[in-house]
Amino acid sequence: MEELGALLHGFAVVITPYNLLMMLIGITLGILIGVLPGLGGANGVAILLPLTFSMSPTSAIIMLSCIYWGALFGGAITSILFNIPGEPWSVATTFDGHPLSKQGRSGEALTAAFTSSFVGAFLAVILVTFLSPLIAKFALQFGPPEFFAIQLLTFCSFVGMGKESPFKTIAAMMLGFALAAVGIDTMTGQLRLIFGWHELLTGFHFLIAVIGLFGVGEILLTMEEGLAFKGASAGINTRVVLDTWKKLPKYWVTSLRSAAIGCWMGVTPGGATPASFMSYGLAKRFSPTPDKFGRGSVEGVVAPETAAHAAGTSALVPMLTLGIPGSPTAAVLLGGLLIWGLQPGPLLFVEQKDFVWGLIASMYLGNIAGLIVVLTTVPLFAAVLRVPFSIIAPIIIVICAVGAYTVKNAMIDVYMMLIFGIVGYVFKKLGYPLAPMVLALVLGDMAETAFRQSMLFSQGSVGVFWSNPLVGSISTLAVVTLFWPLLQRAVGFLRGKAG
Amino acid sequence: MRSAKQIFAMGGALAAALALFVTTDAVAQWKPTRTIEFIVPAGTGGGADQMARMIQGIVQKHNLMDQPLVVINKSGGAGAEGFLDVKGSRNNPHKIIITLSNLFTTPLATGVPFSWRDLTPVAMLALDEFVLWVNAETPYKTPTEYINAVKKEPGKYKMGGTGSKQEDQIITVALERATGAKFTYVPYRGGGEVAVQLVGKHVDSTVNNPIEAVAQWRAGQLRPLCVFDTKRIALTDKIAGNMGWGDIPTCAETGLKIDYVMLRGIFMSPGATKDQVDFYVGLFQKVRATDEWKKFMAEGAFNTTFMTGDDYRKWVEANENLHRDLMKEAGFLAAN
Repeated sequence: MEELGALLHGFAVVITPYNLLMMLIGITLGILIGVLPGLGGANGVAILLPLTFSMSPTSAIIMLSCIYWGALFGGAITSILFNIPGEPWSVATTFDGHPLSKQGRSGEALTAAFTSSFVGAFLAVILVTFLSPLIAKFALQFGPPEFFAIQLLTFCSFVGMGKESPFKTIAAMMLGFALAAVGIDTMTGQLRLIFGWHELLTGFHFLIAVIGLFGVGEILLTMEEGLAFKGASAGINTRVVLDTWKKLPKYWVTSLRSAAIGCWMGVTPGGATPASFMSYGLAKRFSPTPDKFGRGSVEGVVAPETAAHAAGTSALVPMLTLGIPGSPTAAVLLGGLLIWGLQPGPLLFVEQKDFVWGLIASMYLGNIAGLIVVLTTVPLFAAVLRVPFSIIAPIIIVICAVGAYTVKNAMIDVYMMLIFGIVGYVFKKLGYPLAPMVLALVLGDMAETAFRQSMLFSQGSVGVFWSNPLVGSISTLAVVTLFWPLLQRAVGFLRGKAG
Repeated sequence: MRSAKQIFAMGGALAAALALFVTTDAVAQWKPTRTIEFIVPAGTGGGADQMARMIQGIVQKHNLMDQPLVVINKSGGAGAEGFLDVKGSRNNPHKIIITLSNLFTTPLATGVPFSWRDLTPVAMLALDEFVLWVNAETPYKTPTEYINAVKKEPGKYKMGGTGSKQEDQIITVALERATGAKFTYVPYRGGGEVAVQLVGKHVDSTVNNPIEAVAQWRAGQLRPLCVFDTKRIALTDKIAGNMGWGDIPTCAETGLKIDYVMLRGIFMSPGATKDQVDFYVGLFQKVRATDEWKKFMAEGAFNTTFMTGDDYRKWVEANENLHRDLMKEAGFLAAN
């Protein structure tokens, strides 16, 4: 076990009082960054990056990657409490996390989210420890057709699972695609759908849409309901962590499946966001009680959080071994590596053993430290909901506005956020689902680029999505997933006929 | 009464201090009085972003300035977001921007109204080189061998590059026009991704900048065929096996008369005074003198030409004309 020895060496590098201190600072900063919508892990790391130039590369990466873990943990907090996803990958956490919170079970939801995050990350780190070189080889097989097949799989695993009519789902999704198309077209370099209005050059940023649709929309709804925020009655129970832990083991299948999806998506730079959506969709499909999803199912929190964290962790593998970042935060860390004089790429594992194994060891320790920090804060965060809603609502609006402004330092985004808030309110009133729209807005651009690159490859033939075993099996899986409910019904029908 | 006296005394002191301040200010040069925004008209992790963050780190580490420098990415609309922001900040000397070729290509290709003439030129920091790369497992050792293979099967060979109607595609079209070969150009989002796609054999060649592909070259996965410059890169250290940057022939040596370098330069908001420009020129001269900067330049195999004032202005003007010609030939100009 060569890796085990290297890992122990890594622990020896990491466990110095100075490095442990950097780790704690990083985790705490990261949680704060994750809690504030708009700031985001990538921005947080970018802001703090220059501070680390005078540190040794190992200490610097430990602190920065701990900010990354912290942000992953922190993103769940506002999603659950206020229906405001602090990070793109926590959108799926709001689906069940916020209903739980409204039922006064926010402590349970937070504990489930944090614990699943930890489990996801831990499984991914084990994978990173032992299989990095293999993973790197696998990731190299991903060209545009493979990327598109994965995007297709994400969409397919999400279609037809809502309570709403499929037509409303499709309408919302198409609107999301339309919004995603605004701005510059990567493939031709032309401007699209901006109608001569240069403020739209940059397109609609996903975070602004999410803050508006979910956060502001939710507040408008609550206002209509007479400012009654049902979570307010929640008692603070310090034993909530232990009580929730007793319930979690029964979701082990969901955890494992979500961790596998997460690792896979993180390695093939699909990223944490599609991973969380896909695993939520699949968890619902395979659950014995799919009706509970969307109304406050703990399983619906476990699935996206496990996947997001597993993806976030394994995204560091392509960054270190190939030099391609699997997430925006990884992209900033990549810039950091170069500045510290380290060259990410195939030789990093050979030439910079201290650095690489120190980083991997810090992933283990950072996640354990992170879990302890966030779990101790569960009662504290749950208590936030005891503050009367009429006081907390304006604070949330201000935080949302600051968050929207931070994304691009532009006032127009704050107005945009308000408009999205009204859209979100109207959608909810009319029974249109928000999730498909958000999913299309996040992934529409990437899916479109991958599709058009594939079409360039194949001179316009769709056969390219079945041109080799890898892409063929993903595409087939996507199509099967899409028609699964119909297939199930057909099988049931045939059985009924036979019986 | 006493308090009135005090006030008088204070007033006197204040006036004296003010007078002192004014005189020293007239003698000394302009200095920033608040945080300087350093705009990057590209995404995080790219070449311009890396350079900007490197500068930020150097300024901080060596204490080159009293006020902090903050890097802000404004990448929307192929960089138009960043350029329009600086263009709209007339008389704000606390805003500078680092450029890449999209200073020329974005307005030419999209018609978004900005040009370098709307900004105040400060200094050229470096020029980024372009290299023709193929996968190391392919048999091509020279550009001629590769181009001949491409010519045999028009459209079959895929050239991967960053963005559309930007530098990578401009070079690809120039290559096609010079040789008669026909590539299928596939645009990607970033240079790092392009290099990995070449390692995975999803594309057949790229024109990556040195820093984007050096890791894969060192690992023996990619092979450089020629550099698109008029002279070889002046770096002799060995990178992969017995080859260093200086051992890569120029494309012109092998009969491909194409040269293209990308500006890594600094501009500031319109309406800046000479004092303000001089301050930034001085700042970047200090940055250039540090060991960190020199190491960074060597790692990325940059051409380290430094220009300011009229030289810089003339260079930018000539480069703009070059881009207009290249893009016109390629049919990339916006319709209006």
